[in-house]
Parts: sequence; structure tokens; C-alpha cells
Amino acid sequence: MALKKVKGNLERIFDKNLTDLVRGLRNNKDNESKYIAQCIEEIKVELRQDNAAVKANAVTKLAYLQMVGYDISWAGFNVIEVMSSPKFTHKRIGYLAASQSFHADLEMLMLTTNMIRKDLSSQNQYEAGVALSALSCFVSPDLARDLSNDIMTLLSSTKPYLRKKGVLMLYKIFLKYPDALRPAFPRLKEKLEDPDPGVQSAAVNVICELARKNPKNYLSLAPVFFKLMTTSTNNWMLIKIIKLFGALTPLEPRLGKKLIEPLTNLIHSTSAMSLLYECINTVIAVLISISTGMPNHNASIELCVQKLRILIEDSDQNLKYLGLLAMSKILTTHPKSVQTHKDLIMRCLDDKDESIRLRALDLLYGMVGKKNLMEIVKKLMVHMEKAEGTTYRDELLTKIIQICSQNNYQHITNFEWYISVLVELSRVEGLSHGSMVASQMLDVAVRVHAIRPFAVEQMSLLLENPYAIFGMALGSARPPSMIQVLYAAAWICGEYCTFLSNPKKTLLGMLDSRMVQLPHNIQSVYLQNCLKVLAHLLPSQSKGPPATANLLTNGTEEGESEDLPDQNAKENEDSAVEPEKINLAEIQEYLKPFISSEELEVQERAGCLNNFIKCYVKLESKGQVDDFGELSKELANAFSSELNPVASKAQKKVPVPEGLDLDAWINDPPSDSEEETTETTDVFVKTHTAADFGSNLTEKKKVPELSEEELGKMREARKQEQNLNPHYLKSSSKPTNSKLVNWSDDIPPVEKLDLSVPLQIPTLASSDKYLQESKQKSSKSKKEKSSSGKKKKKKKTKGKESEEEEEDVEIEAETVHVVNTVIEMPEGATLSDTEESALAFDDPHRALDIDLDIPLDPPPEVAKTKASRKSDPNYIKKSKEKPKEVEVTNSETHEEVVVEPSVNSIKKTKSSDSKNKSHKKHKKHGKKEKKSKQSDANDDNLLIEME
Amino acid sequence: MIKAILVFNNHGKPRLSKFYTYITEEMQQQIIKETFHLVSKRDDNVCNFLEGGSLIGGADYKLIYRHYATLYFVFCVDSSESELGILDLIQVFVETLDKCFENVCELDLIFHVDKVHYILNELVMGGMVLETNMTEIFTRIDEQNKLERQEAGLAAAPARAVSAVKNMNMNLSQQIKDIKLPDLPQAIKDLKF
Repeated sequence: MALKKVKGNLERIFDKNLTDLVRGLRNNKDNESKYIAQCIEEIKVELRQDNAAVKANAVTKLAYLQMVGYDISWAGFNVIEVMSSPKFTHKRIGYLAASQSFHADLEMLMLTTNMIRKDLSSQNQYEAGVALSALSCFVSPDLARDLSNDIMTLLSSTKPYLRKKGVLMLYKIFLKYPDALRPAFPRLKEKLEDPDPGVQSAAVNVICELARKNPKNYLSLAPVFFKLMTTSTNNWMLIKIIKLFGALTPLEPRLGKKLIEPLTNLIHSTSAMSLLYECINTVIAVLISISTGMPNHNASIELCVQKLRILIEDSDQNLKYLGLLAMSKILTTHPKSVQTHKDLIMRCLDDKDESIRLRALDLLYGMVGKKNLMEIVKKLMVHMEKAEGTTYRDELLTKIIQICSQNNYQHITNFEWYISVLVELSRVEGLSHGSMVASQMLDVAVRVHAIRPFAVEQMSLLLENPYAIFGMALGSARPPSMIQVLYAAAWICGEYCTFLSNPKKTLLGMLDSRMVQLPHNIQSVYLQNCLKVLAHLLPSQSKGPPATANLLTNGTEEGESEDLPDQNAKENEDSAVEPEKINLAEIQEYLKPFISSEELEVQERAGCLNNFIKCYVKLESKGQVDDFGELSKELANAFSSELNPVASKAQKKVPVPEGLDLDAWINDPPSDSEEETTETTDVFVKTHTAADFGSNLTEKKKVPELSEEELGKMREARKQEQNLNPHYLKSSSKPTNSKLVNWSDDIPPVEKLDLSVPLQIPTLASSDKYLQESKQKSSKSKKEKSSSGKKKKKKKTKGKESEEEEEDVEIEAETVHVVNTVIEMPEGATLSDTEESALAFDDPHRALDIDLDIPLDPPPEVAKTKASRKSDPNYIKKSKEKPKEVEVTNSETHEEVVVEPSVNSIKKTKSSDSKNKSHKKHKKHGKKEKKSKQSDANDDNLLIEME
Repeated sequence: MIKAILVFNNHGKPRLSKFYTYITEEMQQQIIKETFHLVSKRDDNVCNFLEGGSLIGGADYKLIYRHYATLYFVFCVDSSESELGILDLIQVFVETLDKCFENVCELDLIFHVDKVHYILNELVMGGMVLETNMTEIFTRIDEQNKLERQEAGLAAAPARAVSAVKNMNMNLSQQIKDIKLPDLPQAIKDLKF
């Protein structure tokens, strides 16, 4: 024996230890991987030896290599071997390596169960402690199930160190094995009153984590926490408790009322900034949940805002950051209180710290109003020029768009300004939100009718001078994201081509041979919109004198205001006005590079356009004037109908039609449960009549019963949709609803509006102009109210227009343009944006949503199994079987968020019921009612207790 | 919950990495790299919170860090942790290290990662704060070290002696290693009856 020991030690002397490995790595910086490969070979040799110390040494080195980024899972068995060593020193090394490299999916973990159990019950508290620390990192569902009882026994250990670790471990157990929560919860609750503050704190920690995701189940603990909050002096625990209350108050406003006073006291008394900050946060949460009915409600808000101001003004950047963060929470409910500190927030925009600037930006959206929007955006634009780093610029861009577009462009009074801001943004280099700017342009152009002429004008400038605006970057391999703006520009010019001042120029601009370098999606849009422009131009040519048959004419004046069909007629009459000639052959020439594009979409569209022109020219040359006249008109008509905005979520909200069961099989799967097979044979044997079959279907399918309210909503939505759908035949008695008719009535006022602003801008409009204009205006209007005659007129006509069009649009005195707030939604859809699913589907906390107030019936099953395990030689086999059972129950209760506790009796009744779904639903409903009653009763107790 | 604790130096070399959820080694390195990238470009006089560790967690997660001389201590936490609390915790961690290593410097962390892990295990367990009281933490660490010394006892004396020699002169130890000694254990085995 002694000899063996000596031998082992002698061997050890010459092995590399961790220090040598690290040194070696530092000395072999150039050929690190080679050196490590060599080390790993040595480690492998060492692991093969019998000596535990040698192995432990090898494993230490492995743990280091793991940190440097090497996969050491191949040594899993050796790690387990070292973990099972009787010596604490080795054990600790083993567990360290395990905690770094093991994970829950490892099959090897099965081998560790008994060893860990032994360590947990070790006489040496540190052995158990080391095991717990490691287990918390790699616990798997199997381990959690098998060891949950051992952890429970640790909770009643005499050593606070173990109780503390045991309590924390429970949380990990619950996550992996939710069934453990019910039986363990009473014990966990006891630990809230443990004599040791560390254990107490750990218990608070665990319950906070649990309650964060499923707060409603922990409301009944409020009195205990309330007591802890008022008595404890441990700031760590206080912070946790106060955070927990923040999560609980939205569910129980009465709790919030109780909290205000002690929290306010804490705010006044504490010197710890962390605690102060959390108190403020929770007070804010409370005030949000009980927005009315508080006597000194405003006082508390004021106190919070005041304290936050102190934080923001502090020289410590961390406090500043957090202060702004909390401010943004107040902003949602009490914007006025925050607005008084506008100066402070604006100052933070200039802070040198990017994080702080970002937080201040978050607050900005609450600071803007109609009056200062232009100014604030101007400021942000200046920031953008100065800012280094593209992420911050991108953030600025998104914020500008966000504050401008919030609430359907609520704060924008002049859309010409907004369009020019967007155009300016598109010229800033290095931004990556081009598509966002593009979609804003589209949105504004589609929804604000009056802005279209201006938008088209600006966009055509973009289209005609892409090189001037985007520079040579156009042709580079990775074009800047901003180039997507051209997509919007092309679409707007094509769709509203009647407003184009010089369609030919725009058309040729889009067909410029250099445009082949653009991204393909933009090219496609270009071609499609060329067709639109062409379709707009051709009809005017049809009645022209034969000599100019090849020439296209166009009338700018009429084009701006007329809707297409009407306009065609008029234009044909005045075709002599300002004739501009365009050669179709020339266009065909231009199309050539596009036709040979390598991108299918581009090629196809170009080919289409080319063939259309060919066809047209052919008809024309045959002199079939009528034919090609008709053709061009038909074509123009194809693009004439108005495109309405469609809600972004419309597709998702298309309701499932009655009688369609999406979960039903279209073809029955080959082999399934017996029930189904008998059913199908039934169909064949009895040969149901159609009626029979139909009734069968309706019986089986649970047609969702709609309440009166829902039906009403559906009806309303349908009406709305019918009104907006140009293809829907409407009763002629209500012509005001039809946009096409109405639109032409509205034209004159719009024209006047255009005149009020100089339209002939040589280059792109600058947003500054509007800023100055608005400033002048406001000062003017202050001086003499009656001077703005034009403006008044605008107001009136605008009001009229919007009244006729959509009554729900609020007309503001200064608003120049009206936003179309009606967006198309599918029949039966509601506009609400409530997207539930609070917890992600894969969130382990889903399974932990267990009502803990329902008394636990029969003795916990787990205790029994443990007793039987000891005597049962087939224990391992059993444990293998068990997971299957768990799986089955899980799949059965899949749809429900509430997973029932482990008590077997409930499970059984459930699975038998699960086939009868309607019954189940009913039952669930009843349970819920019961639950809510119960919790009500509990809450009353809770409040009494707290008093 | 704390999702990860990372310590790396001014050049991004990892000195300690602890992930409380399973992440592959490759990904871990990428996270360390990205975190270093985010943290290192920040001035020392800006705030210690960072959003946007896109590799870790997502929107709910924040990076909270402190910079001490040559080392960055970064904690990745979710919204259930108090930001200022975690800053305190980092301070506690570093102070404990200082106490255990007596004037801790980067070299201590380089050569004794294992010990740093043991210390960290007394502060944080499975992503949850275990203890924040320094004296309590230190007692626990001390007692475990005592246990280790007891176990080592006499048997470890030769190893300690050698490592002392190695520490004195690394090149010497390299030479010792390089000298082809006769297979000593085998010889001893032969002597056995």
C-alpha cells in the first residue's frame, strides 16, 4: 500500500499541472493548437492511469481547456470517475469540470444519480455543497425527478449552508420537473421564515423567480412578504421582495394601495441607491395598476419623478441611465409629469454616453407634440450627422420615424415636411434601415391623399437623379440599404403617375441602362411601374393625328388632379397642350439590358413590357386605330382602381370559415387509434347520405360560439371592408361612401392647397424650410389672427373632406394633411392588437403555472416511490419507464396552459376526460370560476392580515 | 437570474467563463468575443449597463460589467436582477478574490482558474445569488481550503516541493521533464514480491 502511494506521488511530480499547462500555452502562442493537441494526448495518457490524483490533475487541465474553447465531452466518464473519488479535493475538481461541460441532454448523467445522492447525504457539508453547485448547472429532468426528495431532506438540515443551497436547488428542480413544485411548496414557504437570513434570502429569491412568470399563483404569499419587507434590513432581500411586489400589483390593486406607504417611507429613508431605485420602480408599477382612486396619488408620482430627477442629474452615469429607464415607465401613464422635465431629457440627448442617449431617445416620443415635432426631429437629424457609429445612427433613424409615425402620424401637421425629412434621411450614408424609410414613404403616399402630388414630385426627382443622390455606391457589389428608397419612389411614381410633371423623363430615368446594377427587387418594381406610366401615356396618343402616332403627349395640368378614367377623356381633348414626344422604339431599345437580366423576375417583366409595346406598335402600324385605342384604354383601366392600405396583421386575422376545422385530417393518417378506424369503416359500410354526413360534421366540429358583441364587431368590420373595397357593389343611395366619386369632388380644395406652397422647387425640398415656415407662421398668427386667410380656407375644406370621407378622423386646427386611418381588415377581424401568449411555448415556466392554493390531496406520490425504490431491485427499470408516462400526460394537456400537479388521481380523471373536449372545456371553466372565487377569499384574508 | 459570468482581460483573453445554461464551447467563445467587442470600446466613464448581447438571451437580458485594471468582469443577467445590485455583487466578488489571493492580480486568475471557480460558487449558484455577505463567503472558502490541506497532508509534500521548484525556475522543470528517466514506477513494481 505504502509503496503504491509513493509510486503515485512520484508519478505526479513529473506530470504537468495546471500551472505548467498555462505557462506552456503562454510560451507557445504561435502554435497554440499544436501545443494543446500535445497536451490533450498527455491528458489522455494520464486519465488511463489508476492513480486518482493523476486523473484529478488531468481533469483540472481539461476544465481549463474547456474555458479556452475546447470540447471536452469525450472525457465525460473520467470526469464522473473523479467526481466519485472519496477525497474532497478530487471530488471538487470533478464537479467543477462537470458543471462546466455537462448538460441536461447528456445520457451519461444517468450514471451520476446514485453518486450525487450519496454526496448530498454526506457527513461533510462541503461535499454536499459542491455537488449541489454542480448539479444546479447540469440537472436533467431525470435527475430532478430522482433527486427531488433528497433535496427536500436537505431543507431540514441543521446546517444553514445546506438549507440555503437546497432551497436554490429547488428552483432548478422545478424547472426540469414541474411535478415537484406542488409537494415542495409548503416547505419552501416555511423557509421564508427560516432563522438564518441567508436561507430566507434564498427562499425569497426562488419564489421571486417562480412568481415572475406566473405571478397569480403567489398572491396568497403577499402577507408574508409584506411582513418581511417591513422588518428586514437585508437590502438584497428587500430588493427582491420589492421587485416581486412589482409583479404582483397588476393582479391585485388593493395590494398596491397597501404598498404605497411603506414604499414611500423606504424611498425617504434608505441610503442605498439600488433599493431606492427598485422602490421607485415598484411604486410606478403600483401607480400604473391603480390609476384612479388614490388620494395622494399625484404626490407619489411627484415624489418618484423628483427622485428620478436627482438620479438623472447625478454624475454617476449608472444612476443617470437607470433614472431615464424608470422615467420611460412613468411616461406611459403619466406623460405630463415627465414632460415637465423635458429640459433634462433633452440635455441627456447630448450626453457622451451612447447608452444614455439611447434611453433619452426612448423618452422622446412622449415629449413631442404638434408644436415641437419639427424642432426635435431637426435636432435628431443634426445628431445623425455628427454621430459616429452606424448603430446609433440607425437607432436615431428608427426613433425619428417612430416619433413621427406614432398614432397615425398624430403630431405631423405638414406632410410635405415629413416627406422631405424622409428624402433627407435617404441621403444619409451608412444607414441600414432603407426599407423602413421606403415603407414610410409608401405609407404616407397611400394614406395621405393630399400629399400625393408633392410625393410624386419628390420621388420623381429621386428616380431621375439616383447617381446624384446615392453616389457611385449604386453600382457597388453591396449597395447601401438606403437604395431601397428607390423601390418606394418607383412605386409612388408609377401608381400616381397622373401627378407626374414630366412622365417621359421619369420613364426614361427608370429605364436608364445603369439601373441594371440595382438590386433585382427594385428593378422589378421599376419595370412594373414603367408599364403603369406607359399605360397612362398611351391613351392620349390614340386619338392624336396619325402623323404623330409614334409620339406621346401628355397634359401636366390636368394630370395632377384627375382620376385616371376621367382624365383620359379630358386629356384626349387637350392633347395638343405641351406635347412631349416619346418614341416607343426608343423604349424598346432601353429595355434590352433588362430583358437579358440574369434575374428571372426582371427578365420576365421586361419581356412582358417589351412584347406589349411590340403588340401595340403592330396594331398601330396596321392602322387599326380603334383597336389599339381600346387596348390602351383597357390597359389604363387595369391600373385605375385605388389601392387601399391593408393592415399589417390582416392576413393573420382572417377568421377560419365556419365548418372548416384546421386540425381535422384531410386524409386520415394510415394507422391511428381504434376509434378513428372504426369511424372510417362506418362511412364505407353505411354509405351516409350527404345530409347525414353534413350533420355529422357539424356535430363533431365545435363551431366557435360567437357572443352578441363579437357578432356586432364582425358586422361592423365587414361593413367597413365593403366600403373600402372598390370591387364591392354598393347601393347607389350612399354615394358619399364611394371614394372614387368623392375624390373628384375633393379636388378643387386640394389644388388650392398646393398653390399655397410653392411647388416648383428646383431641387429636392429641404425640411428646414418647413421648420422655418412653421415658426414664421406661428409668430404671424400670434400677431394677426385673420391674416392667414388661405390657411383658414384650407382648414375648412379639409374639414369638409374628412367629414365626408371618414368621420372618425379628428380634425386638428393646424393640420394641413389628413391621414387615412381606415385600413383594410379581413371580415370578422377586430383591430385590437392583443397578442397573448405571455410565455413562450418552450419556456419551462409554462409547466410551473400551478395553483398552489388548492389543498394538496393524498400523500405526495413521490414519498411513496422513494420508499419502494429502496426495496425494489428493478428500480432503474422503473425510472426508465416513468418519463414515458410524463410525456404522455404532457401531450394530452398540451393545449392547456394550466398543467395539473403530480397527484395521480387528477391525472387519471383528466386523461379519461380528454376525449370529450367540450366536457373538459366546461369543467375547466367551472374550475376557473372556483379558483377566482377562492383567490378572492384569500385576498381578503391577505389584506386583513396585512393590516 | 444570472445567465453567464465572464472575466476577460483588456485583450479579450478569457480568464473565467461560467455559463448557467448549456451553450456549446464554440458558441461560448463567440459570446466572449462579442461581449469583449461590446465592452472594450466603451470609455471608463460611461455607464456600466449594456443592452444588445444578441447572442445571449435577447431583449430581456442585459450586460452589467465593471472594469478593474486589466480585467473586465461581465455579468449577463435578466430583468429579475437589480442592476445596481449586480454591480455590488461584482464588487463583492472582486473583493473576495482580493482577500483570498492577497492583492489579486490578473496572474492569480490565470494560474488558478479552478480556485476562482470555487470562490464564485460561494457567491452564485446555478444563476442565483447564493450569498452576498463577504465574511460568510470567506469563512466557507477558508473551511474548504482547510479540508483540502488536511487531505493533502504529507502525501502532497513532494508534489508541492516540485511545484515550488517549478515556480522558481520554469526552465529547470522543463529540463526535469525532458530528462529521460528510467521507468521508475515499473522498477519499483519489479521489486514487489
